[in-house]
Amino acid sequence: MSEVTPDKTLDARGLKCPMPVVKTSQEVKGLPVGGVLLVLATDPGSMADIQAWAKSTGNELVKMEKVEKEFHFLIRRVK
Amino acid sequence: MSEEPQKSVIMLMSGDFDHAFAAFTLASTGAAMGIETTMFFTFWGIKAIQKGNFTGKGLFGRMVGVMNRGGIDRIGPSKFNFGGIGRWMFKKMMRDQDVTALSELRQQAIDLGVKFLVCTTSMDVMEITLDDLIPGVEPAGAATVLAEAQQAQSQWFI
Repeated sequence: MSEVTPDKTLDARGLKCPMPVVKTSQEVKGLPVGGVLLVLATDPGSMADIQAWAKSTGNELVKMEKVEKEFHFLIRRVK
Repeated sequence: MSEEPQKSVIMLMSGDFDHAFAAFTLASTGAAMGIETTMFFTFWGIKAIQKGNFTGKGLFGRMVGVMNRGGIDRIGPSKFNFGGIGRWMFKKMMRDQDVTALSELRQQAIDLGVKFLVCTTSMDVMEITLDDLIPGVEPAGAATVLAEAQQAQSQWFI
């Protein structure tokens, strides 16, 4: 997989459930279809929650990784 | 992804902080997930959408109004309230943990397009008028909730 560069970054570090998902959804809505959002989070629940959100909304979770104590998500707006 | 619209109905009966917190968390998250979400507030749950002014006309209505005043910021937890100390304690603990405040969570739900319905019978019994509620709440009854619940994939009674 070639590197995907985000069009925008959402800093959700320090936010607790449900805010990482809520903010992610708002930011993705602001992107054009095909746009990519990088989400930085620290809530351990966000690993499961962002996946569930992507599956439910039909947006693509391009990449998800744990970096030290943070969780990074690359999300592409599909529709 | 299925073709039919995803819907969720959340009925809040409780006027307790912890219950309201769960209800608004599910509502705002559901809306963020693209689920059409309706909240129905009944009996004590109405406190979560009151402006916080004194309500009631008759003696008992005014008594309820005094006991129930303050709206969402004066909602106490179902356990350990200790006459308001518990409310202060939980608020502080949540702030310390950077958990979103209840009133902010409610605003988030509104901004995400969650539909707010209120039980008119409960309002009449407790002598609460639409003017006592935050803007945007629509009056409704059991039939509306049942009809919405029939079309929803998930229904919550909190």
